[in-house]
Amino acid sequence: MRVEFDDVSVVLGGTEVVHRASLTVEPGTVVGLVGPNGSGKSSLLRTLYRAVRPSRGTVRVDGADVRTLSGRQHARQVAVMLQDPHTDFDLSVHEVVLLGRAPHHASFGRDTVEDLRIADDAMRRTGIDDLAARMVGTLSGGQRQRVMLARALTQQSPVLVLDEPSNHLDIKHQLELMSTVRGLGRTVIAALHDLNLAARYCDRVVVLDAGTVVADGPPAATFTPELIRAVFGVEARVLEDRHDRVLAFRRADADIFPDGAAPVPAPVPTESEISS
Amino acid sequence: MTARVLASVAPTPGSPPGSSFVIRRRLLRRTAWSCAVLAVALATLVVVSGAVGSVEVSLTQAAQITLGHLVPGMPWMSDGTLTPLQDQAVWQFRLPRTLLAGLAGAGLALAGALMQVTVRNPLAEPYILGVSSGASVGAVLVIVFGTGVLGGLSLNVAAFVGALVACACVAALARKDGELSPTRMILAGVALGTLFSAVTSYLTISTDAQNVVSIMFFLLGSVSAATMQSLVGPAIALVVACLVAAGTSRSLNALMTGDESATSLGVDATRLRGLLLVVASLLTGTVVSVAGGIGFVGLVIPHVARIVVGADHRRMLPVTVLAGAVFLMMADLLARTVAMPTEIPLGILTAFVGAPFFLWLMRRGGADRAGFGR
Repeated sequence: MRVEFDDVSVVLGGTEVVHRASLTVEPGTVVGLVGPNGSGKSSLLRTLYRAVRPSRGTVRVDGADVRTLSGRQHARQVAVMLQDPHTDFDLSVHEVVLLGRAPHHASFGRDTVEDLRIADDAMRRTGIDDLAARMVGTLSGGQRQRVMLARALTQQSPVLVLDEPSNHLDIKHQLELMSTVRGLGRTVIAALHDLNLAARYCDRVVVLDAGTVVADGPPAATFTPELIRAVFGVEARVLEDRHDRVLAFRRADADIFPDGAAPVPAPVPTESEISS
Repeated sequence: MTARVLASVAPTPGSPPGSSFVIRRRLLRRTAWSCAVLAVALATLVVVSGAVGSVEVSLTQAAQITLGHLVPGMPWMSDGTLTPLQDQAVWQFRLPRTLLAGLAGAGLALAGALMQVTVRNPLAEPYILGVSSGASVGAVLVIVFGTGVLGGLSLNVAAFVGALVACACVAALARKDGELSPTRMILAGVALGTLFSAVTSYLTISTDAQNVVSIMFFLLGSVSAATMQSLVGPAIALVVACLVAAGTSRSLNALMTGDESATSLGVDATRLRGLLLVVASLLTGTVVSVAGGIGFVGLVIPHVARIVVGADHRRMLPVTVLAGAVFLMMADLLARTVAMPTEIPLGILTAFVGAPFFLWLMRRGGADRAGFGR
């Protein structure tokens, strides 16, 4: 299912956090949204899952303006893995994952055998099946993120939105999450901080800076040292061998010590030196 | 019904049972058991409370009178074994008050559960929006100045109007940019409640001494003045609220996980919150207007239900409703027996019996599962 952001602006508390952003996500592709803190990644994603109303422009899923759909219709098309979900409630992992079936039911509908099977499958895929009976509040940050992914998978929507999906995950689960998501064949938009993770798993990356789309293209061609310096204010180098191509970063002002030596502090003059 | 629910989640032959199936079946079975036990307790309490009082009526006779009024043509109603006094005592005095206690308990417990999820706060209760303090002002005005003061409104109607005025004020104050913020709701409710309580307190200390007892009975809650007519309002409100609760219970679970999360699951959090507020306030208002400000039930019974069957509203709401009814019927039975022939206000009993019971439950292991360990 195609997702289009058409000339979208978002104003929060009088500040324009997204400025006339346009981008199209082709069906079945994985697109990474990157940018510094406060560049508007989450706000842009929020317009897609209707937590924020754009002050300008439209967001379309499969050609239809998301604001024209009912809540349930929309939730059947777009599932979200939230950045920092509340966990101050007392549902078990299994119950939270099953919530993903909510958009598929009318008010009085009961969970069917099919619902349970879908939830079980999602828990297995995210490696949380052994946590099923645990209360969500007792889990670690990374485990909670996997629960939220399982819930989003259970929603079985053609479009999947991930807002910082991996910030609490250990390295193994980061890689597993991204390859699971890739393997779904769904349309995926993910806000990511880890540029190497984005480069490795995304078909395309979109770079936001101060609410504006500044670059959009395949990762290797987009993540140039020049762009990274301009947007993130750090120096980047591409390290490449037969298997991998990774970016290494360094603070921009540390670059005057290219051999990596720590700067030697200037000697502090003693009192006698000043007086003489 | 129960058997059908259980059968519908059983794994189909040939597939290994997933963890979901096992966990769910255990919880559903526990819910079914809890509801069954509570339903039996409810029926028992109706009969027992019919046999308790100054006019001597045996348990059998109490059951006979109750059944005889409900099913026409029962032989014992006309063969002279029951005196008119016994019939009157059971059918006109004991049964209405027991039923009102049941309705009030069920209504307050349900309203409390709905309020707790609406404002996402475990300390929420039916009176959080100033419903009881608003109702008290209405009722106390009538008690102090007579029915003339509010254009001939009876005490019950005046209390109901007071409750709704309080709610409407809180909702209006809490609304900003088309959204009802839970925090604003709680704070506006507390502030307005304090204001209304001040009015009630002033009226109470400045009035004649003989009015003070009536005022205290209303403030603490009592079902002693119940008639069959007074049951109609709370009964209708309870049925409507139960239907709304049943229809939205899945959405309530989603709302529990936060507004943004609920939105992403297709639930309009603001609209649902508005609906719940209206339903819970009307339910509380109808109960308070006939039974006064019975405390504790609405705060604690939902937590008890969560401890027993978990926080999923599809399981905990039925248990909450039944447990609320049973708890308040039991409290009323005690209220009229422990100090016979005088009667203790119901609110005192609910706190006196309920608080130790709740604290005991809170210390047990199961409570941690319901989030009490936080």
